[in-house]
Amino acid sequence: MARSARDQILGAIRASHKRGPLDGDAAEPARVRLETHPRGLIPARSRIAPAEQVALFVEMAQAVAATVDRVDTLADVPDSVADFLAGHNLPAAIKVAPDPDLRRIPWAKRPVLEVAAGKAEDPDIVSVTGAVAGVAETGTLMLASGPDSPTTLNFLPDNHIVVLRTTRIVGPYEDAWDRLRARGDLPRTVNLITGPSRTGDIEQVIQLGAHGPRRLHIVLVDRDDAA
Amino acid sequence: MKSTAHAFVENAREAVADRRLHKALSNMKAGFQNKRAATVAKLPEFEALRDQGRDIKNHVLANLDLYLERFERRVTQAGGQVHWARTAAEAREIVEGICRDAGAKTVTKGKSMVAEEIALNDHLEANGFTPIETDLGEYIIQLRGELPSHIIAPAIHLNKEDVEETFRKEHTHLPADRRFDDVPDFTNEARMVLRQKFQTADVGITGANYLIAETGSTVIVTNEGNGDLTQILPKTHIVVASIEKVVPTLEDATAILRLLARSATGQEFSAYTTFSTGPRRPGDLDGPEAFHVVLLDNGRSALLGTPAQEVLRCIRCGACMNHCPVYAAVGGHAYGWVVPGPIGAALDPGLIGVEEAHHLPNASTFCGRCESVCPMRIPLPKIMHHWRTQAFEKKLSSPSFRLGLKTWAWVAKRPGLYAVGSRLAIGLLAALGGRRGRFATLPLARGWTDHRDMPAPEGKTFRQAWADRRKHEAA
Repeated sequence: MARSARDQILGAIRASHKRGPLDGDAAEPARVRLETHPRGLIPARSRIAPAEQVALFVEMAQAVAATVDRVDTLADVPDSVADFLAGHNLPAAIKVAPDPDLRRIPWAKRPVLEVAAGKAEDPDIVSVTGAVAGVAETGTLMLASGPDSPTTLNFLPDNHIVVLRTTRIVGPYEDAWDRLRARGDLPRTVNLITGPSRTGDIEQVIQLGAHGPRRLHIVLVDRDDAA
Repeated sequence: MKSTAHAFVENAREAVADRRLHKALSNMKAGFQNKRAATVAKLPEFEALRDQGRDIKNHVLANLDLYLERFERRVTQAGGQVHWARTAAEAREIVEGICRDAGAKTVTKGKSMVAEEIALNDHLEANGFTPIETDLGEYIIQLRGELPSHIIAPAIHLNKEDVEETFRKEHTHLPADRRFDDVPDFTNEARMVLRQKFQTADVGITGANYLIAETGSTVIVTNEGNGDLTQILPKTHIVVASIEKVVPTLEDATAILRLLARSATGQEFSAYTTFSTGPRRPGDLDGPEAFHVVLLDNGRSALLGTPAQEVLRCIRCGACMNHCPVYAAVGGHAYGWVVPGPIGAALDPGLIGVEEAHHLPNASTFCGRCESVCPMRIPLPKIMHHWRTQAFEKKLSSPSFRLGLKTWAWVAKRPGLYAVGSRLAIGLLAALGGRRGRFATLPLARGWTDHRDMPAPEGKTFRQAWADRRKHEAA
């Protein structure tokens, strides 16, 4: 019987290495690596205390043209969002991820806001989502797909607003991976987002808003007001 | 894709005379080199991270079969499907079959060098599908019927005027009197035109910067967000990737991500790094319903265990071409195949054959800038030297070149003869150069003197000058 392409490719790899399939002791280093997923070198920049992590996250996010607003509790988010929309002359309509945490935001405080929940549709101009973590090292947000966080919200609307508790800010990416692993299997899509969409494809001039959002606005929430 | 690497010498001659090309390429120093240097300077651990990146990939290549099998198992567990392709033709047929089964008409594409390698667009078109490139640079060159000239900036050979000409010619449904004053006008027009294509595509095809064995994830790194719209809106997502893209864990991918954007565009991190694992999950409101990964070998497995194996560490950042004086002079198209520049000169002979690509490793002065910026520490000049040796042994160079090289080797292996010969030649040239001190023409050196004068030697050979200095120091 003719060998499958798969077996031929694996066979060719083994033939080039002049060995058979890896098993027993020979497979041990790779097995251990997969099992323990050891961390490599982590830059000193991100090995800092939590308070400094928040400051670094803000600095790095702003350096890539994201805007950041810092509020006390979730109750302050409607004002922050309404101000952002007004400041950019945007319509007061937002599509919000059906995230339980975001549901606790008292949007009614600002009756002008037209709030809908769900995935992004073509006419949506502004989305509001949460995030799994903020990575201070480069001002990067980690978002994970799921029934309460559709990925289209991160890419289709022109404006993406992320509501993030400061307790979710970590130093290096590796800490964010650990938080995600603690939630179970990897979701379908994990997005690491660092600033708004951009391109340098024409004469190497950087231009924001190539295909994804033109603006990325991050609302940091300092305190839990669960009470 | 069909190679024209065999015609490198003619391609390069044309490119050197192309003033529009030079204007476009003149943006590279400010655009790539300075930005990389500034960002690297902000990360003291960068050199240590390069060592780590090299070690991770060496470990992967030594265990490649194990990691690929593990990756396949994880993709399957997540509800996706892995397809194996030995050749470009097999990969094309697999993708075509998936598109057919999906009942597809239009296919959006994120930028993928493997898709270019297998000439996927031509094949899809020939079979009745409409492939649409969505990366801005790729979109522009697709409209122009051109090939990418750079692995991360496919339209780097073009100026604004070229893009305006193309958009006016192709976007005939838009007002003819619209203005293109600056870069945003182009970007906004492409955004508007492609928005609708994203929404109506049946299949989305992306490449992969990494495949993660631990989780069965594929990873794309982009700035525009086009790759994400390509893979979350259509019902079917196909990933085409070559086998050496696999890394063991999320931590290993992260370690290499710290090198990628800094080396490529001089960014701390690219705007979007996306990990995709299987199709959409129960309860998800969006995402593809089917997820396929096509793994391409196409000559890579045969490079393992050879002196060229180290090219397989490449993460396609483009730093080597951004810093290469030869690439800066001739651009990417002259190289004649999908991967240009120093990495092309080291990789292409291994994938399309040294017979086809033997000129490419000669397109280097071995100045070493490529190796000095390569995040994966690939010894590019050493590998080019390997291919030069192969080309010599296969008698691929011209008889006069080979005779010259053999004569040189014969003399150089006889130190006494070499000393006398070089002393005579240098003395003669010094005398002939006379007061002018340079030659406008010189027999056997027209390759030099056609373009600039050859300075006349000052009278002593290097070995004489060295001996004098030693004597002087001893005294």
